[in-house]
Amino acid sequence: MTLLEELGRFFPPGRLLHKPGELVPYESDALTAFRARPLAVVLPESHEEVVQAVRWCARHRIPYVARGSGTSLSGGSLPIDGGLLIGLNRMNKLLRLDPQERIAVVEPGFINLQVSNAAAPYGLYYAPDPSSQPVSTIGGNLAFNSGGAHCLKYGMTSNHVLGAKVVLPDGETVVLGSESLENTGPDWLGLFVGSEGLLGIATEITLRLLPKPETYHTVLAAYDALEKAGEAVAAVVASGLLPGAMEIMDSLAIEAAEAAVRAGYPREARALLIVELEGEAPQVEAEARYLDEVIRRSGAYEVRVAQSAEERLKIWKGRKAAFSAVGRLSPDYIVQDGVVPRSRLGQALSEIERLSARYGLRVANVFHAGDGNLHPLILYNGRVPGELERAEELAGEILRLCVALGGSITGEHGVGMEKKAYMPEMFSEADLEAMRRIRRALDPFELSNRGKMFPGGEAPALHQAGPHPLERAGIISRE
Amino acid sequence: MQHKIDVEKLGPQGEIMAHAIEACVHCGFCLPACPTYQVLGEEMDSPRGRIFLMKEVLEGNLNLEEAQPYLDKCLGCQGCVTACPSGVPYGELITTYRAWSETKRHRSPFQRLFRIGLQETLPYPARFRAAVALGRLGQPLKPLLPPLLQAPLELLPNQLPKAEPLPELVPAEGEKRARVAFLAGCAQQVLQPGFNHATLRVLAHNGVEVVIPKGQGCCGALAMHTGERERALRFARTNLEAFAGEYDAIITNAAGCGSGLKEYPLLFHGEPEQEKAQALAARVKDIAVFLAELGLKAVPPLSRPLKVAYHDACHLAHAQQVRAEPRRLLRSIPGLELLEIPEGELCCGSAGTYNLEQPQIAATLGERKARNIIASGAELVVTGNIGCFTQIQSHLRKLGREIPVLHTLELLDRAYRQSPILPGR
Repeated sequence: MTLLEELGRFFPPGRLLHKPGELVPYESDALTAFRARPLAVVLPESHEEVVQAVRWCARHRIPYVARGSGTSLSGGSLPIDGGLLIGLNRMNKLLRLDPQERIAVVEPGFINLQVSNAAAPYGLYYAPDPSSQPVSTIGGNLAFNSGGAHCLKYGMTSNHVLGAKVVLPDGETVVLGSESLENTGPDWLGLFVGSEGLLGIATEITLRLLPKPETYHTVLAAYDALEKAGEAVAAVVASGLLPGAMEIMDSLAIEAAEAAVRAGYPREARALLIVELEGEAPQVEAEARYLDEVIRRSGAYEVRVAQSAEERLKIWKGRKAAFSAVGRLSPDYIVQDGVVPRSRLGQALSEIERLSARYGLRVANVFHAGDGNLHPLILYNGRVPGELERAEELAGEILRLCVALGGSITGEHGVGMEKKAYMPEMFSEADLEAMRRIRRALDPFELSNRGKMFPGGEAPALHQAGPHPLERAGIISRE
Repeated sequence: MQHKIDVEKLGPQGEIMAHAIEACVHCGFCLPACPTYQVLGEEMDSPRGRIFLMKEVLEGNLNLEEAQPYLDKCLGCQGCVTACPSGVPYGELITTYRAWSETKRHRSPFQRLFRIGLQETLPYPARFRAAVALGRLGQPLKPLLPPLLQAPLELLPNQLPKAEPLPELVPAEGEKRARVAFLAGCAQQVLQPGFNHATLRVLAHNGVEVVIPKGQGCCGALAMHTGERERALRFARTNLEAFAGEYDAIITNAAGCGSGLKEYPLLFHGEPEQEKAQALAARVKDIAVFLAELGLKAVPPLSRPLKVAYHDACHLAHAQQVRAEPRRLLRSIPGLELLEIPEGELCCGSAGTYNLEQPQIAATLGERKARNIIASGAELVVTGNIGCFTQIQSHLRKLGREIPVLHTLELLDRAYRQSPILPGR
């Protein structure tokens, strides 16, 4: 019996994909610079089927990658050449929603936004809101500890996951956490969340739901300089207010968002700041007066307050579409995801502007200003000789800048393929070795998402254009 | 996405395809908007997966036949175009790719015959009429026929309305506010001739003189969307001639035909008639857009309040980005409560000849749409496309809930004439 025939005992033909036409569309996630063709793709529909797939991998020492909607921007769900890809998008059921306990139990392929949609009739919602929330799955959010605009106030995915049923790399099933916030013993779940698929596959996830804020106060402020917007963020923080979200977009990002969704932003602004207060009406009202005062003093030349739910959604729609919308301004771009301390935001932005001028490449900035999470988008044209290389170098410089300013190489996209060569910039060899030992304790053969997160390891196969050395090392990307 | 497509070798059509592929960043925002991804749950049947497949085939890395089953399953609904943040012109890509691949792919003689049969029948009202009569005779044989032939029989109406020829000119009533040319559509003339007569009455009532140019034919969308470029060009050339006169607008009342005419510049890209095609496309307006811009004469109130759901035809909402205008028209009918259909942006599965060529997926989507319509609580559904009309009517019937379906203009016409909106009331 061949390997695939054995796998075929557990998966019917329609859910075991292995022909070239079936595999090609799975070769990349949302980071298309990297491509690898798996041996096969399986589409399990139950916990038991995931166990069978993982056991098969363990038995034959075949590395595997679990994937939901494949929206990773760091190549975290890139398949492994010759490995198994376990597509979890069909495990997309809501297993239970308990409005009394304020929890939802979902399968890993359940879409982030659907959690809030399902909870809405009870006045509840799920707080983490990555920009990919209409598409990305809870399984992937868990693996990468996804953030989003509102994690400034509410924290990342790790603050909203209460429990998970996990298939370990040897095929054993464990339950981590519980339905309660209070747990005894070490925080195993805390270790699992954000482990980028290296420690196993979650098949049932218990999420915490929050009461929907009674009211929002969403302010859009336009500035004639990017630094002014950065300083406004510092001023809001210093004022003692804790907004739900604080976001900045620069002029290029504004242009892209306008082209994509016509959000009605002031087009001539050099920077836009979105600040959103949320909570009980009397509190928001009081805070709003205070916030408006802070914003007025920050030098904004135009301030708009959303007057209706539609206006609020329109403001957010532009922000959330900004990333992919940059595709309208440039044939190619590199997305970065670095973090700097909030107080150094202004400094980081002017430094990026300087770098952009030096390299002669446009950089669009969209970022979660409230927690210092930068998303510089480096625009280039892959057809102009040398431009890709310049863009790659610039991307590398921005990441080093973040580390130098006391920040981090990733805020929410994860390390995946893209940033693994940067891990030594942040962690000592002893740190990295400690992480490896934890991993090997659970997965001695490094089957689960092999080749990601840790520096070195196998480079993925690149089918098109010869890879740049930095690209092969996973530092930069082409899109 | 970067690609290595030999654009020069592929010519003007190559440019169109390469441009669309470049714009895709593979972000996945198209997944929830794609009906086939929703139903089948696999990457090959998603817009970005299909873009990947087309790129690989065009680059020569993948055998065309390997990709074909997934490209054939695309409805061409363009739901992904609405959802796409980076502005990938997916509709242009799939149409152009289908034309390119049609001449290279393998089809069994039976499939070929079936396709030629459709292409030679549907666009010609007289032939279509004859085929329906023939098909009714064939009904008893249905269980014996291959599945490909069962689907068309399934959709045949029990009785065809009488043919009602259209005049060449409908004068404006009262003061003349505009002069337009009208495209009568093909299948619609046979299946629901009432759509056109209602449209003409409403236009005349609103002071619009309507010319129905002689010599016009099928818009060619059916051929264009199934890769039959030469056939589409023939139809389109006929219409370039027929609609060459001076009009304030060229009006269509079928979403598919409207977007078909608007696609002439794509069809004629690199052809001598390119400019003419652009000029024609620029004047094309869906009836709802035209009336909303013109401003409707007051509509008398309905005899009783009526809950109406508006169904967005993909070729209006996604292909032409027309959503607000039909709703505005409906809201101007006093007593009408407009309801939204859950998952309204999802295709009903009709999609031209799709429900004939991919009956299973089409039926799944049709049932889903019918269930959503029932959930909306509507007493009546209206839409601006003959394909959706037939599909929705047939699936509501299958579920045993015969909520009446009307064209937007039929409802407006009945409201103007103060005739009963719902049958038997």
